[in-house]
Amino acid sequence: MTGTSNQIVRLDNVAFSWADDLQPVLMINEFNIDRGERVFLRGPSGSGKTTLLSLIAAVLTPQSGSIVVDDVALGSLRGGQKDQFRVDRIGLVFQQFNLLPFLSVRDNIQLPCRFSKARRKQAGQTGMSINQETDRLLRAMHLSPEELLNKPVTQLSVGQQQRVAVARALIGRPPLIIADEPTSALDSETRQAFIELLFVEANAAGCSLLFVSHDASLASFFDRSIDLREINTAAVSGSDEWEPVQ
Amino acid sequence: MIGIAWKSLCNRWPTALLAVLAISMSVALILTVEKVRRDARNSFTQTVSGTDLIVGARSGAVQLLLYSVFRIGNATNNISWESVEDISKRRAVSWIIPLSLGDSHRGYRVLGTNTDYFDHYRYGARKSLALSSGQIFDDVFDAVLGSEVAAKLGYRLGDEIVVAHGTGRVALVEHDRQPFKISGILQPTGTPVDRAIHVSLEGIEAMHVDWQNGANVKGDGTDPDVIRAMDLQPKAVTALLVGLKSRGSVFREQRAINTYRAEPLLAVLPGVALQELWNLVSVAEKALLIVSVCVVIAGLVNLMSVLLAGLNERRREMAVLRSAGARPAHVFLLLCLESAALTLGGIIAGLMLHYVLAGLGSIFLQEKYGLSIALSLPNNSDLKILLAIALAGLLAGTLPALQAYLKSLSDGLSQRL
Repeated sequence: MTGTSNQIVRLDNVAFSWADDLQPVLMINEFNIDRGERVFLRGPSGSGKTTLLSLIAAVLTPQSGSIVVDDVALGSLRGGQKDQFRVDRIGLVFQQFNLLPFLSVRDNIQLPCRFSKARRKQAGQTGMSINQETDRLLRAMHLSPEELLNKPVTQLSVGQQQRVAVARALIGRPPLIIADEPTSALDSETRQAFIELLFVEANAAGCSLLFVSHDASLASFFDRSIDLREINTAAVSGSDEWEPVQ
Repeated sequence: MIGIAWKSLCNRWPTALLAVLAISMSVALILTVEKVRRDARNSFTQTVSGTDLIVGARSGAVQLLLYSVFRIGNATNNISWESVEDISKRRAVSWIIPLSLGDSHRGYRVLGTNTDYFDHYRYGARKSLALSSGQIFDDVFDAVLGSEVAAKLGYRLGDEIVVAHGTGRVALVEHDRQPFKISGILQPTGTPVDRAIHVSLEGIEAMHVDWQNGANVKGDGTDPDVIRAMDLQPKAVTALLVGLKSRGSVFREQRAINTYRAEPLLAVLPGVALQELWNLVSVAEKALLIVSVCVVIAGLVNLMSVLLAGLNERRREMAVLRSAGARPAHVFLLLCLESAALTLGGIIAGLMLHYVLAGLGSIFLQEKYGLSIALSLPNNSDLKILLAIALAGLLAGTLPALQAYLKSLSDGLSQRL
């Protein structure tokens, strides 16, 4: 780590394939995200969007090339360090099923604080307790803490669940939020509201945002929109879903 | 982490409850089997102490021990009074207690003996018998009751009882012409003594005065005072308890009695006969133990299957946990905590179940066999068993945990199912 750079994510000549003897599915010469930038990544399903996110989140390791996230070279991390890196610096939101059914809304939101000292510290840094910060985030997501906090998550609507998931991604203000098709389970009205809420809070927290969707109509909300096929030089035609090799 | 594990278990409480139940039953079973085994042995061992030799008609050592001391089964033959006198005259012999069995009162055995019984009989840690009320028999028609007989049948001093021929609970023929009067009641001992009615040897003879060819002679029966005036010297007894002046001579005396020419006799050392009994019983004990161990294993396999079956449906949970920052090690720990909680819950529930079983079982065993099972805190060997089960439970939990760990490594944050 040499000081802080302007870029939160830097990919340099990255190549990835599911096995060493298979064709690479991703080859990206250069892909950067500036700090505070909101990037929209689109592409048809099977084009490797989730694979790219997994690389950035240090879930997958590229065969070659370097990935630097928040000034950490991912290649230098070992297994446990990768997990720590991820929870410390990245908030994740998925398409659906983001929440643990047996925990309350409060426990679900505070989950990253259990595993990350950094997130716990930052959540409390605004002079509020973690519980107060949880309440604040819920209100920011237009959810009522009084109504929801101790409710089991299974009683929430999908839209509410996704907003709770965003609150969890935002708690402790990680520098990068990765959202993988978070709106695909929402209808178009809630979709727009959801994105607006996400923007406002990501802005307030100073987070960069990498937002993945195949729905190009959302692109106009973002600072920058990239089609994965433009930057991926590996010629993958596929509409096939890529399954991890077990 | 513990909180998460707990909430996750509560979320799946029906399966969790079943796993706990399976373990608790196996724990209760193995503890109870162990306890009954130990206490039964203890109870047997407690019954004879201070007796150097048991003498009876020639049969097996275990059989002699069982019918003479524990009143289980019947004698094959008697010892003639001449032999009794010969044995009592031997120089090494300090005392003898003649035992005459074969009659009963409402299911309780009547024991004909002499007053030496109350002086020399020892049980437990060399404790001698003590009266809780009344006095030792001194008349032909006096009887001394064991504590249980008195308590169960509600007898008091001075009550009259009729002795029946044979030892069945339902008396077919009663010696009803010569009733006995209760002269004393013994304190509880926790041995078969509690379940015996003690009369003098002469009393046994007296009740058989009108007894010929297996039936009462016709008529009103002989007047008790006439009987008292008769010569009631017994012709035979069932068994003898022998005390020696010095324990060193025990093998010599045993040999002398075993080779006694006038009558085939058998003398056994109580400890040796008990040992033989244990060898006999140990096969059954081992079988019981093996069954209980199998039940424990079944309980643990069930625990494992509950956890393993849960894994697939919980793959998504694991992925969520991972995306929220849990490491594979956390996932492993979560599963381990869950199995630990289930095992611990099973052990605690099993202990409680064990006490219920032991409590009920002790009533039954005391009633039926006079074995006393005391409720007690788990002893060292129980704790070892519990510890072994706890460790085995943890071990059974590690396999699913390991699988969850590996799955969450390979699945990463993927939400695919």
